[in-house]
Amino acid sequence: MAAPILREAELDIGMSLKKAVSTVSPLALRILAECPVTKARACDLTLPHCTVNTPVFMPVGTQGTMKGITVDQLDELGCQICLGNTYHLGMRPGPELIEKANGLHGFMNWKRNLLTDSGGFQMVSLVELSEVTEEGVKFKSPYDGKEILLSPEQSIAIQNSLGSDIMMQLDDVVSSTVSGPRVEEAMWRSIRWLDRCIGANKNPDRQNLFAIIQGGLSAELRKTCLDEMTKRDVPGFAIGGLSGGEEKDDFWRMVTLSTDHLPRQKPRYLMGVGYAVDLVVCVALGCDMFDCVFPTRTARFGSALVPWGSLTITKKQFAKDPQPIDPDCQCPTCLRHSRAYLHALFKSDTAAMHHITIHNISYQLTLMRSVRQSIIDGCFPDFVRTFMKRMFPSPEQYPSWAVDALATVSITLE
Amino acid sequence: MKLELSRVVQGCRLGVLTGLGRAGQHSLEVPGCLLYTRCGSVPHLTQDTLHTLKNLPSVTQLTLDTLAEHQEVLEEFKEGAGKFAGLHDTVLYCSLHDPATSSPTGHITNKTVSVWGSGGRIALSVAKFMALQKAVRPDLYHSMADGETWPGNVSRKRVRKSVDRTLAHLDECLLLHHRTQELAGVEVLGVVEGGDVLEERVRSARETAKRPVGGFCLDGFHSAAMDQNLRTQLIATTVKELPEDKPRLLQGVGRPDHVLSCVEVGVDLFEGFFPFQVTERGCALIFAFDIATDPEAAGTGPQAPPTARCVPEAPVDSRIVGELDDDKPEADVVENNGPGYQEDQTKMTPFEINLKDKRYRDDFGPLVEGCGCYCCRNHQRAYLHHLLMTNELLAGVLLMLHNTAHYCAFFTALRVALASDRLEHLKKRVLMGQARG
Repeated sequence: MAAPILREAELDIGMSLKKAVSTVSPLALRILAECPVTKARACDLTLPHCTVNTPVFMPVGTQGTMKGITVDQLDELGCQICLGNTYHLGMRPGPELIEKANGLHGFMNWKRNLLTDSGGFQMVSLVELSEVTEEGVKFKSPYDGKEILLSPEQSIAIQNSLGSDIMMQLDDVVSSTVSGPRVEEAMWRSIRWLDRCIGANKNPDRQNLFAIIQGGLSAELRKTCLDEMTKRDVPGFAIGGLSGGEEKDDFWRMVTLSTDHLPRQKPRYLMGVGYAVDLVVCVALGCDMFDCVFPTRTARFGSALVPWGSLTITKKQFAKDPQPIDPDCQCPTCLRHSRAYLHALFKSDTAAMHHITIHNISYQLTLMRSVRQSIIDGCFPDFVRTFMKRMFPSPEQYPSWAVDALATVSITLE
Repeated sequence: MKLELSRVVQGCRLGVLTGLGRAGQHSLEVPGCLLYTRCGSVPHLTQDTLHTLKNLPSVTQLTLDTLAEHQEVLEEFKEGAGKFAGLHDTVLYCSLHDPATSSPTGHITNKTVSVWGSGGRIALSVAKFMALQKAVRPDLYHSMADGETWPGNVSRKRVRKSVDRTLAHLDECLLLHHRTQELAGVEVLGVVEGGDVLEERVRSARETAKRPVGGFCLDGFHSAAMDQNLRTQLIATTVKELPEDKPRLLQGVGRPDHVLSCVEVGVDLFEGFFPFQVTERGCALIFAFDIATDPEAAGTGPQAPPTARCVPEAPVDSRIVGELDDDKPEADVVENNGPGYQEDQTKMTPFEINLKDKRYRDDFGPLVEGCGCYCCRNHQRAYLHHLLMTNELLAGVLLMLHNTAHYCAFFTALRVALASDRLEHLKKRVLMGQARG
């Protein structure tokens, strides 16, 4: 897959092949349609393993597996890109082993694209004893108690071993509820670490490195970070440091500020966002890529996502319900099983979780395909209005942040 | 339902069970196994993953242990547990107990047996048992039975009682069966009890054979309850009392070496729970059963006598020859039988490898070279090791796929061996080539 992309890039820029290989990233973004009303766009993002149709939701397969779903099942759901977590995979089974297995693609036998995070976020959120210095993130291994330093160089080295199609820079993650000088320090440090990550990437010809915009909930810091990072020639940008418990009003303002200043010709990835309403609103604000553990995690607790919210299948009310989870859904679970059977199976076997995981991934991917189609068809604002109407019983229940955010991109909800 | 035997080799019966299912369009080759399920699902698997496997058994086993608690739901649903579980185009066999889990003992009365659902114990009278069959709507099921006859401290009197009760249950079941419109065309298997007491086994078989049953379930022989030598001796004598033209299903026995010895004494069918037990301990079946080449010429290493590695030698229980037994006092209504001979169900057998073992950490080979299952076609031992070490759900999915495929292929190989007079080859291959993974 990589060769034709490089050739395309080479023709565009008119460089020699040799030069192209050494400097041009293995990524091409073709904008198919831009919504004339909002900032939404539909693109084809060509990556080394296949082309990704955006806007896209990327399911999270933390430890090199999608929670009980086989790679063939994931492929059949139409998934073109999923995530692996550098922190977890770096610990177990470790980068050396995965490299021997021909990278994470070979290890898990996934033929489509992979995105890996930097490992920094997990370290700060999962590991109590972590300390951030200019060198990197210091932490104690939860497995053997050994002190480990994750530097930008090491994060990239691990991600190079994993062989992901998109790698994320190591950033200095501060909780979005923190304010003050620590946020500014983290922003500047993230910019310095970006440069170290760019320098450390051994495979710029086949692995894309994305920058992560930081700056907390301060418009000023975000803007400074955007100005600095967009000076770097990275293949894509992520909006980071959000979706961590901050007010939704702060959240969407930071998102829309970021997309206002990000270059049009590069993909924009909003990290950690996966609720249906958030996805639709943030597409309107100009984001292309999303990831979140929510749809797969909630499935394992028996919660199935539907256009009108969610159903907790384990609840008694579904014990005799002969309908599928969503009568309009075409996923393998809904085509075969009733709510009543899934309710019963939840008491005996893990396959019940797999059925709902499949349904929830299908729901997310189908939602994004519908969003994309409406952008291409030029009727995205109508799509948003219909979507909101279905999701909430009455307009009074529309979250005000969503109404406000959509109003800034000229979508009025009645 | 009709059993057509094509040949009998060294006591092994090779044939086809035809006329299965309500329309009689299905068949099952014997010796063979059933497809194991819990609540109508093969554990860990969705229909999509299950059907990556070819040549699955045509009969699926449902258990009242996992379905009884859903009786009301099934009754309202009206179309049976198969349709409820999304199972299409398979014959459904309904048994009382889940062969992969052992239920607490001591809850059997003259009138009831108990099953254990997620919400605890459910006592079944014959009426309730038959109401459940009506709601489940299987194609065949076995009659209600008192199978608590574990040797060790079970008295002869208790064994006799279990035979009497089971025969009484059978008569009552048959009576209700014929009165139930919804069960027209459904086959009933009679259950042969008798613990480890030979004359009770003979009596149970003889009496059951007098009833209008479609076939027989041999109960109380399960791996946890009995030593293998005793089991085969008892079965050999018991089946002499059973008609040749009806199938014999052995409950609770799944190990390949046990399967081979039981087939040699005339057993036709086995429950397919063994691959699930192997999966639950993080193991993969790897034993060899290919007989395309001569095992001795194939360079498989030094041979050990078959029994040396897989069957612990144990003396035949003296009670089999009819030693006078004590008549222990029994509780009038509820008996509590402690475990006698008990094989640890969580223990590895020599037919499998433990993928959690460190040695598989960087083993990039498939579970079994040349295996065509989804797991072996797509994944490596190192990946399975990783999934197990990280407690990932996919480990169960992939192991269940492989173990089911491997176990079913073993039965196919067994039938091929019988058809081509190569049983001895197969036995050598299975018993000596254990755990070379």
